[in-house]
Amino acid sequence: MKLFYFAWVRDKMGRDFEEVELPPDVTTAGEFIDWFKDRGPAEAEVIGASEMVKMAVNQEYAGPSYPLSNDDEVAIFPPVTGG
Amino acid sequence: MIRVQEEDFDMGREVAALYEGKQEIGAVCTFLGLVRDLPDSDGLKTMTLEHYPGMTEKELAKIEKDARARWPLSECLIIHRYGALQPGDQIVMVATASPHRQAAFESCDFLMDFLKTRAPFWKKENTGNGEQWVDARETDDVAAERWDKPD
Repeated sequence: MKLFYFAWVRDKMGRDFEEVELPPDVTTAGEFIDWFKDRGPAEAEVIGASEMVKMAVNQEYAGPSYPLSNDDEVAIFPPVTGG
Repeated sequence: MIRVQEEDFDMGREVAALYEGKQEIGAVCTFLGLVRDLPDSDGLKTMTLEHYPGMTEKELAKIEKDARARWPLSECLIIHRYGALQPGDQIVMVATASPHRQAAFESCDFLMDFLKTRAPFWKKENTGNGEQWVDARETDDVAAERWDKPD
């Protein structure tokens, strides 16, 4: 799947994009977050940050039960600060 | 109508174009957001706005659709800039046009509240003390929640 990072999440990850292969048992946004945070120290820091990060699937906000597959575009980013 | 752009805009021209030739419009309400530098800051040099191309336009279109479902709007325009901006620069404008004043006022307020909590933009400040991402404000969430109607 295509995985994008924005704002300070991108700074912590050291990149703005990567292509990842989901394990077969990851089928929802919530399962993705659990899998993602165990990938490495930067991921753990992003998910454990005091400012809760948001997740989008195919450019829509996604809650924990949102379904996920390898064909999706996923983004992880901080709470928004536009306007 | 939604526009996400790097270049500046002329609010007077945008508003005139919005109501031109549409005689049912009796009220236009506008909001203009600027890059500010408060007196007690470390001295803002640049405010850089980043966004998520694609999702930004989708979220803004959803917010516009929600506003149109709640109020009788003849026209609706949201322009949001991205890139490097300086104090005093224009960031965002919202204009709502309706036969009725109340609809124009309320929908303009609604659009800004939801834009601030939903549209994927992020601000980074560059001051005398270096660069820092701006934290989200809880008061913005509270402002957006006041539009929730009990069914």
